[in-house]
Amino acid sequence: MRSRQHLFSPKIDNWLIGFKDGADFVVMFFKETFSRDFEFKEFVNQCYRIGNSSLLLISLTGFVTGFVFTKQSRPSLETFGATSWLPSLVTIAIIRALAPLVTSLICAGKVGSSIGAELGSMKVTEQIDAMEVSAVNPVRFLVVTRVLASTVTIPLLSFYCALMAMAGVFLNVSNSEDTSFSAFLEQAFNNIIFLDLWTAIIKAVSYGFTIGIVGCYKGYNASNGTLGVGKAANASVVMSMFLIFIEEVFIVQVTNWFR
Amino acid sequence: MNKVIEIEHLFKSFGDRDILIDASIDVFQGENLVVLGRSGTGKSVLIKIIAGLLTADRGKVNVLNQSLINISKKELNALRLKIGFSFQSSALYDSMTVQENLEFPLVRNNKSMTRKEIDKAVHSVLDSVGLLQALTQMPSELSGGQKKRIGVARTLIMNPEIMLYDEPTAGLDPITCVEINQLINEVKENYHTSSIVITHDLTCAKQVSDRVAVLFDGNFKFKGTFDEVFKNHDPRIKSFYDYNFIEN
Repeated sequence: MRSRQHLFSPKIDNWLIGFKDGADFVVMFFKETFSRDFEFKEFVNQCYRIGNSSLLLISLTGFVTGFVFTKQSRPSLETFGATSWLPSLVTIAIIRALAPLVTSLICAGKVGSSIGAELGSMKVTEQIDAMEVSAVNPVRFLVVTRVLASTVTIPLLSFYCALMAMAGVFLNVSNSEDTSFSAFLEQAFNNIIFLDLWTAIIKAVSYGFTIGIVGCYKGYNASNGTLGVGKAANASVVMSMFLIFIEEVFIVQVTNWFR
Repeated sequence: MNKVIEIEHLFKSFGDRDILIDASIDVFQGENLVVLGRSGTGKSVLIKIIAGLLTADRGKVNVLNQSLINISKKELNALRLKIGFSFQSSALYDSMTVQENLEFPLVRNNKSMTRKEIDKAVHSVLDSVGLLQALTQMPSELSGGQKKRIGVARTLIMNPEIMLYDEPTAGLDPITCVEINQLINEVKENYHTSSIVITHDLTCAKQVSDRVAVLFDGNFKFKGTFDEVFKNHDPRIKSFYDYNFIEN
């Protein structure tokens, strides 16, 4: 038996090894993405699965977010006699932050865990090995398609979430102030600038990528049978959410330099 | 006879645990070699190294005259087309029908095949494992024995020269075990394959083996025909035999 040497402590060593493995996985993803033989059919299938599975939840959450956020903001603005700013204020909040963040957090729970569990289950039942031994590249078939699907679909879902949230805002505003739809739109989008839209798109794309790559990484490296599958699904959600919040802070800081 | 697999002085460990220690074995063309051994002795590790799923720490592994040490990904994939691997768990793709499972390796490795040719190949291998009626079924709708057969069919569709069976009879009832053993022999006859069968089921070993090799403590302690090996009076062999065939 050999005794194992540690560079720092076992915990730090494991963290560093995990970080390197993760980085290698991302590099492998990009290599396979730009190689030949893209699995287009599987990509479309995954886009449909991600979109379809989250649509109802995002409709409801988006609408409620818009409605409640407007309702909660009203008393503060009323104090200053500035309720006419309400559509504009809430729209900025929805487009800049709420829509991409709410969508990605829902998708981290629903899509990330699903990808982690599916790939984890395939790993522990040797289905990924079966692909490899039949000379089929499992990264190209399983990982590239899922990561690209979430990178493409989550921005679309974010856009849809923003629409649903705006519907919630309009319902609240029109009930309270009897505002027409055209007047509401004018007030709402008066202060939205091109950078806000770009920021929302950049956020949604990076969150989508994060959810896909983390789910695939955790699932692809699952071990220890069904326990490992559960852990992979759970770790996909936790790590995705953690990274999404870090990215949120980073993107806000960077985009603020351009304002 | 030609050697299709040559393994010399093979070492493999996981962390602090040594699994294969100086293991050496050859597989000759057209033979079924059965590798016996208790759980955890490295039987599955051995065939995973041969299939390129694991890499050896040290030693020589030649498959069809090609060394697996420092082999490129492209060369390994070309070699894998000549190797069929039947997994212990069957490893059928859950989300695909039987037909899609069988087509999966074929369409990705033979891009020029027409739909008609693919269908013909699928029907042919399904017929050879006696499960033509399962074409549209999902893996969850199949019994354990049927899953094993479809798993074998999925490898046969690529016309392999070498078959690697990982515990082909594990978890099956005795009658299905006999059917699977017959299938292994039929595959050898009809597809002219050389095979390694990993098992701890001596009935299976007796029915399918041309030669038997027994793994103890990380290397092959006993090699020969089934009768030669089990005539040995070594207590480890005797206990293995007694456990499988309880004599009254």
